Amino acid sequence: MSPRPGFVLEVDRSTPPTLMWHGEGFRLERLPVGTRVVYGPEPLMPLADPDEAIRHALEHPLGDSQPLRTLLHPGMRLTIAFDDVSLPLPPMRAPDVRQRIVEAVLDLAAAAGVDDVVLIAALALHRRMTDPELRHALGDRVFEAFAPHGLLLQHDAEDPSNLVHLGLTDHGEDVEINRRAAESDLLIYVNINIVAMDGGHKSVATGLASYRSIKHHHNVRTMQHSRSFMDVPNSELHTSNWRMGRLIAESGVKLFQIESTLNTDTFPEQLGFLQKREWEWTLRDRASFVATSSALDRTPGGLSRRIFHAVRAPHNLTSVQAGAVEAVHEATLASVHRQQLVEVSGQTDVLTMGLPYICPYNVNSTMNPILVACLGLGYFFNLYRGRPLVREGGVVIMSHPTPWEFNPVHHPSYIDFFEQVLAETTDMFEIEAKYEESFATDPWYVHLYRTSYAYHGVHPFYMWYWCAHALQHVGRVIVVGGDRAAVRRMGFSPASTLADALELAEDVVGRDPTITHFHAPPVLLADVT
Amino acid sequence: MKALRFERNVPRFAAARVASVIAGSGKGVRVGPLELVEVDAPEVPGPDWVRVRPRLAGICGSDLATLDGRSSRYFEHVVSFPFVPGHEVVGDVEGGALDGRRVVIEPVLGCEARGIEPKCAGCATGRKGSCERIAFGHLRPGLQTGYCADTGGGWSAGLVAHESQLHEVPGDLSDEAAVMVEPAACAVHAACAADITGGERVVVLGAGTLGLCVIAALRALCLPGTLVAVAKHPDQRRLARDLGADQVVSPGEHKRAVRRLTGSLALDSQDGEIARLTGGVDLVVDCVGSSDSLEQCLDVVRPGGTIVLVGMPGVVKIDLAPLWQREIELRGAYAYGVEERPDGPRSTFDLAFDLVRDARLERLVSARYPLERYEDAVAHAAAAGRRGAVKIVFDLRKGGPGPDLPGAARVRRPDSARTTEEAM
Repeated sequence: MSPRPGFVLEVDRSTPPTLMWHGEGFRLERLPVGTRVVYGPEPLMPLADPDEAIRHALEHPLGDSQPLRTLLHPGMRLTIAFDDVSLPLPPMRAPDVRQRIVEAVLDLAAAAGVDDVVLIAALALHRRMTDPELRHALGDRVFEAFAPHGLLLQHDAEDPSNLVHLGLTDHGEDVEINRRAAESDLLIYVNINIVAMDGGHKSVATGLASYRSIKHHHNVRTMQHSRSFMDVPNSELHTSNWRMGRLIAESGVKLFQIESTLNTDTFPEQLGFLQKREWEWTLRDRASFVATSSALDRTPGGLSRRIFHAVRAPHNLTSVQAGAVEAVHEATLASVHRQQLVEVSGQTDVLTMGLPYICPYNVNSTMNPILVACLGLGYFFNLYRGRPLVREGGVVIMSHPTPWEFNPVHHPSYIDFFEQVLAETTDMFEIEAKYEESFATDPWYVHLYRTSYAYHGVHPFYMWYWCAHALQHVGRVIVVGGDRAAVRRMGFSPASTLADALELAEDVVGRDPTITHFHAPPVLLADVT
Repeated sequence: MKALRFERNVPRFAAARVASVIAGSGKGVRVGPLELVEVDAPEVPGPDWVRVRPRLAGICGSDLATLDGRSSRYFEHVVSFPFVPGHEVVGDVEGGALDGRRVVIEPVLGCEARGIEPKCAGCATGRKGSCERIAFGHLRPGLQTGYCADTGGGWSAGLVAHESQLHEVPGDLSDEAAVMVEPAACAVHAACAADITGGERVVVLGAGTLGLCVIAALRALCLPGTLVAVAKHPDQRRLARDLGADQVVSPGEHKRAVRRLTGSLALDSQDGEIARLTGGVDLVVDCVGSSDSLEQCLDVVRPGGTIVLVGMPGVVKIDLAPLWQREIELRGAYAYGVEERPDGPRSTFDLAFDLVRDARLERLVSARYPLERYEDAVAHAAAAGRRGAVKIVFDLRKGGPGPDLPGAARVRRPDSARTTEEAM
């Protein structure tokens, strides 16, 4: 049976309660009659032979690119950059698609007699990956062949000796990227796309860039004008990256882009109920839900976090394409849309969403309050084409415990941002003007980013800016079941229950509002007409 | 007359200490050596002495330490028993040149008050707080009014004061403003002792009465580049900012705040928490005076920086390795005298009057109690920060406390007692 498309359910009296993520737990909520629930399409069928599909993509590139085999020759400098730990979510079962692709590329390179090969994790301003994370992404064979010899690198956006300034775009944007990548005879970028924002020129122009370069598109103005940043043609974030990508190409950097898409088969069998529509739950699903929920209730926070972060997604490859960036990305987006697009007619007064324990920036880490905001208002809110799901002046209700909790190794500047900056103001432009530069250049944050496992000092700012479009658009943000102080610190309203939140929302949007629930998983992209 | 008298009673002193340790500060008063008694007014010790009838008398942190039985034994030889506490006093003079005038008392009992000639080196140069004769002369020992058996104290209907101790209160200042002059003077002295030349980064640790007054004094008299206040409670945080702090942080946040402010590097522990800063601020003013607060000072002061200790300390246990290795100066700031200002020397109290007026420090007076409710008053003072209050005072005016306190910090309903203005 082929996967069923996404659809919009209208809640009636017979509709069972709806499952919502609530951090490292779940809530079953009986939504008001008339609520629309948007379900994403079921996971697409995977490619039957992923390794063969990869080899085919490398041999039959898109756009004006030649087959990879013909681009490789003895004596050349080859750099393979790859997406970091922020993708995919949750981390996928081995073998990771990066491993499959990198192995295929290395086989071709070996056959062509290429000796000078370096792998670079494209961190941008993310934290460095640990050895186990690198090993998981690339596989034992690749890790052992490269890491011990210093040939498996992680991009360092604060190492001036390993950055090269390629020039300014016609909009005056600095383009500064990894020197090894820029000066190689061939740069291969290995991407994983789980949402439409990923990939394209953003891979190199952001993933291998410096703060000096990234700040041109990771800023409040750009984010407010990216409507949404999941819709490339209407995203200022991407327009800027595209300008930079083209300048990179004009500078002589020879790039061979490999992009892959995964289906939304996100959770393993024991959490299978998460993948299903509630009225289709079997007895086993119900038992599994009850057992999981009650076990989580009894599990200490730290342990349940470790359990969830140990989850490996059974994601499968649905497409892989290689060659020229723009042609490749067009095919990638078509595949992402095939998996995620759901047509939704009209906007809503109130948008509800349950937020999970993970986002791109807390893999094996803590979902701190800023990341909660970013996941809800940055990612989920922006998962639309056309118009936002919620009308202008409407209300977003997010369900998440939002603990006032930070991982000091991964997110040191987040702590200061939350305790000092947000204590002063939540105004994005004020924050950007008054604080960003000092956080970005703070020597301790720079030190921790370069030598430890810390996100760059400026990263919490970007996560806050990620919410810019949503916060400009909606009238109120309500968090159900969150730490009240943490929620208030961000300028949001806390509520104990969904019913309380809906009542609070009526203060903003009036009585009997229209309500739409963004159901995840699986992730979806609402095509709002 | 009525007075709250503190006896030398070792068992009750010990009981107060135990009670305060077990039940918290302020709880020792019920079992300690403080009692409400009828006593004769103190004798006038000499011709330059006058009687003062207190209007308002504050409860200070040092008073609480005494009542809790946790004051340092260092003071044993510079107090005399029984004494009537209360050294933050505004009252009316009876007799002498200022007869009928409203005055604030400068409580240090230096050479002049003690009839000692020639004066010691401290008093001779106006530094009364440095008096070397506080246990000598025609008075029994007592470093201040409120700790001397011969003078009485503010927690009573009458005390005696030497004319050199009197500062007339200008007519435009309320009693509430006037009772803040003494703590403000301590803060002025601390700010002047800090020796700031302009642009320094300063941390003020503690935001009770003294901490808030120090913030106001630093802002008024010095030119700190950035002033960070460490305050625990919401009302303290609000007041600290109102009085001139550029940034207000909670106690646990001080290291991170200073690291951010100074761009210091940090030595972190394995779990990523900051263990120690490599740099820090130029000056830390400790308005608490505990082992913890001193340790926090050492956490955030830069190498070669200065710590000024304003809050009255007792016995503290602290690792002084950083003080040694980083060549940090630890300096005390006690009482008042004469301050060197750019326009010449000025009396600390004169500067304090200006500060009280300009910073509207009367707003720090949060609640007034009659002497009879001293247990409630002390409990309120001990829990002031937590209960949204700052300065608690005894009200000895005829007719008792007035109905309200314009501009005072909002007073939350106490756990065990209502404030006087609610009760009366």
